[in-house]
Amino acid sequence: MAELQEPKKKKEIIPKKHPMPAQDPAARVKNFDEVALGYDEETAVAEANRCLQCKKEPCRQGCPVEVEIPAFIKLIAERDFAGAIKKIKEKNALPAVCGRVCPQENQCEKYCTLGKKNEPVAIGRLERFCADWELAQGVFPQEVAPPTGFKVAVVGSGPGGLTCAADLAKLGHQVTIFEALHVPGGVLMYGIPEFRLPKRVVQAEIENLKKLGVNIEVNSVVGKFATIDELMNEEGFAAVYIGTGAGLPYFMNIPGENSCGVYSANEFLTRTNLMKAYLFPEWDTPIKIGKKVAVLGGGNVAMDAARTALRLGAEESWIVYRRSKNELPARHEEVENAIEEGVKFAFLTSPTRILADENGKVKAMECLKYELGEPDASGRRSPVPIPGSEFIMEVDTVVVAIGQGPNPLVPRTTKGLDVTKKGNIVADPATGATSKPGVFAGGDVVTGAATVILAMGAGRVAAKSIHQYLMAKKGES
Amino acid sequence: MYKILEKQVFSPIIKLMVIEAPKVAKKCQPGQFVILRTHEEGERIPLTIADFDREKGTITIVFQEVGKTTRRLGRLEAGDCLRDFVGPLGTPSHIENFGTVICVGGGVGVAPVFPIARALKEAGNHVIGIMGARTKELIFWEEKMREACSELFVTTDDGSYVRKGFVTDVLKDVIEERGKEQIALVLAIGPQPMMRACCNLTREYGLKTIVSLNSLMVDGTGMCGCCRVTVGGQTRFVCVDGPEFDGHQVDFAELARRNAFFLEEEKLSLERYQSSGGCSCGCGCGGGQ
Ligand SMILES: Cc1cc2nc3c(=O)[nH]c(=O)nc-3n(C[C@H](O)[C@H](O)[C@H](O)COP(=O)(O)OP(=O)(O)OC[C@H]3O[C@@H](n4cnc5c(N)ncnc54)[C@H](O)[C@@H]3O)c2cc1C
Ligand SMILES: Cc1cc2nc3c(=O)[nH]c(=O)nc-3n(C[C@H](O)[C@H](O)[C@H](O)COP(=O)(O)OP(=O)(O)OC[C@H]3O[C@@H](n4cnc5c(N)ncnc54)[C@H](O)[C@@H]3O)c2cc1C
Ligand code: SF4
Ligand code: SF4
Ligand code: FES
Repeated sequence: MAELQEPKKKKEIIPKKHPMPAQDPAARVKNFDEVALGYDEETAVAEANRCLQCKKEPCRQGCPVEVEIPAFIKLIAERDFAGAIKKIKEKNALPAVCGRVCPQENQCEKYCTLGKKNEPVAIGRLERFCADWELAQGVFPQEVAPPTGFKVAVVGSGPGGLTCAADLAKLGHQVTIFEALHVPGGVLMYGIPEFRLPKRVVQAEIENLKKLGVNIEVNSVVGKFATIDELMNEEGFAAVYIGTGAGLPYFMNIPGENSCGVYSANEFLTRTNLMKAYLFPEWDTPIKIGKKVAVLGGGNVAMDAARTALRLGAEESWIVYRRSKNELPARHEEVENAIEEGVKFAFLTSPTRILADENGKVKAMECLKYELGEPDASGRRSPVPIPGSEFIMEVDTVVVAIGQGPNPLVPRTTKGLDVTKKGNIVADPATGATSKPGVFAGGDVVTGAATVILAMGAGRVAAKSIHQYLMAKKGES
Repeated sequence: MYKILEKQVFSPIIKLMVIEAPKVAKKCQPGQFVILRTHEEGERIPLTIADFDREKGTITIVFQEVGKTTRRLGRLEAGDCLRDFVGPLGTPSHIENFGTVICVGGGVGVAPVFPIARALKEAGNHVIGIMGARTKELIFWEEKMREACSELFVTTDDGSYVRKGFVTDVLKDVIEERGKEQIALVLAIGPQPMMRACCNLTREYGLKTIVSLNSLMVDGTGMCGCCRVTVGGQTRFVCVDGPEFDGHQVDFAELARRNAFFLEEEKLSLERYQSSGGCSCGCGCGGGQ
């Protein structure tokens, strides 16, 4: 059609993204397998052909790590998948992860020219396609610079720590990651559920990292087995990157919150993902779910918990949220997925106390109804309680998913490291430098709970300045 | 992998192991604990550091077999390895010269009391040790405790060794005999009912009492909140704020309820483990691999 109207050779516009093949909702709520199945080669090429190859590359400005989007998409269209993944990896160390969990609608795809009138190019799905294609082929080795002789410690193996480690290793530094848990990956392993991000994908990305020569020491809580000062002064680490994330769970501080059956989202998801409670009793760690589950909160974490609850066998899974549907902070796609799977929503509702039976087990929540008032500092209309609107909601399990703060362990044990009032580490966004020489930080521990790609961007920025710092040091000596 | 260098069997259900863990041994302090996993599908369980050797790089644990993980652990032998071993976790005991301190260890609680008593004595305290068990065959580390303490009292519930009575009976006698003004602090570690009973007793005398809580845990680093407990009306995380707390402030009833939450699953797990000949991997290794 377009060609008829405009004689200049202009591409035919396909208004919609090629749909993502997905498991049927009725089937998928009974398993933990991945929901989105990924494009096959033909679909990927067809989707890549939707791209207009805009000269100004507007999509790139939406990507925190500036993946060369048009370039890699062009390579897909030319069926050079190996070239495409190589192109992506120049900027993004974890494409199989980002292609799956980036909030693309707020990032790269938000700026896509096609998106102005039609649906944007499915950049995330294409990125995932390339990464999965590579994983299936066996990963290509990456180049590593000759050893510089410097040792760098990375604290925490979330996406930020992994990216920082990869970049530093490629520059020839000897990198050791210290991870508190028994597997590396951070939230990618313990938080984001298997059905959204298969753990084998994360571990495959981590294997790549090991191939770069990165040494990963699990079961190593920094601040306990050694402080940052000890790592630098006694163990010979010339610089440190802190990427310890936002792992401290917030609670509501309402009566009854310590009843049995009230979990933080972290506990609920860690039991399920990291400890594989969904495979109990083959795996030893249990989880109790009951019939009716209430998840408090409205973000990605809440959606993950509510969808996990259904898969663990809950008959009803409710999101209980203080504001309305429009204010839900979760990714749009995840809200849609949750609705499709049968998650129910109690909007403009918040509990005032949790009621337990004689064994201390949750049996109900007393809730208050809310209405929306004036917009608050975040620009969202703030919820105002309606006096006298108390009602009882019967539940067996409550999952508190109202946010996480930074774990104070590292700041508390590190002299000279400035933190904000909320306990976040203060770091220069342009360099990742903290108040302590040689110590850099990034990701959720600096910004508060954010996104995978932002943490990765911060890890990349810090790696660059750590390299500069070390090279300057070398010049001095 | 973390190698088991030595194993001692104190009784059919109480065992000691010395684990090769130099990173933990280098920094650990009395009162801290580790979290271990025996195998890939295993649960993370907390155990107190009962002793350590910084030079050899080893940690000693003493555990009582109560469920699947501790039983599986008990089947391992010197030379076998643990899948994971992380520590030192928790806040160390507060050690200073208080004056006279009573250290009470009940059952397997004797093990965690030992390094604290030793450190208190080294700090100049007069340490009165009280250790007790249900019956004679469950008594262990009497000699070590005698060395760690300035004086030591031993008791058994059934009177099969030294004297008959609970540790609380001995505690009461000691307080009465010495006079409560002479005692600066009581430390009580053991099963929850015992710690609770000690606290009820010392409360009458107004004697400050420290207990070490055994909540359920997952990560042990302050990330999950599974270990939360109410102390003095406030929610605290046992793994980072504790495990030691002022016993008079602890809501023991809540702690007991929370610890019992997974009872059905724990039972199922244990039955399944035992019906498979003690090995859940199904390979006939006897739980060793
Ligand atoms: C359930 C859930 C769903 C999410 N969904 C999405 C999504 O769909 N898309 C998206 O972009 N983002 C999502 N996020 C947010 C995203 O996962 C985080 O922003 C990101 O993981 C932050 O990365 P990070 O590198 O800062 O640290 P983290 O991933 O938090 O990792 C920190 C690591 O440091 C370790 N650590 C902490 N303290 C110590 C210590 N003292 N010593 C050693 N190690 C330590 C921790 O064990 C952990 O492994 C989600 C988060 C959660 C919880
Ligand atoms: C900080 C800390 C230090 C500890 N130190 C020691 C130690 O030095 N030696 C030792 O033997 N044990 C110690 N424990 C208790 C030990 O962690 C549990 O016995 C163990 O987790 C039980 O695991 P299981 O799989 O064998 O039994 P499960 O199947 O998990 O439980 C079996 C039975 O034990 C009870 N139980 C489970 N967990 C606990 C717990 N944490 N505390 C008390 N009862 C529990 C259950 O209610 C159930 O009745 C400690 C616990 C904590 C929190
Ligand atoms: S990394 Fe995320 S934001 Fe960047 S191109 Fe890929 S999907 Fe888009
Ligand atoms: S803005 Fe959209 S159409 Fe243009 S190059 Fe980027 S992805 Fe292609
Ligand atoms: S065990 Fe997870 S916070 Fe204490």
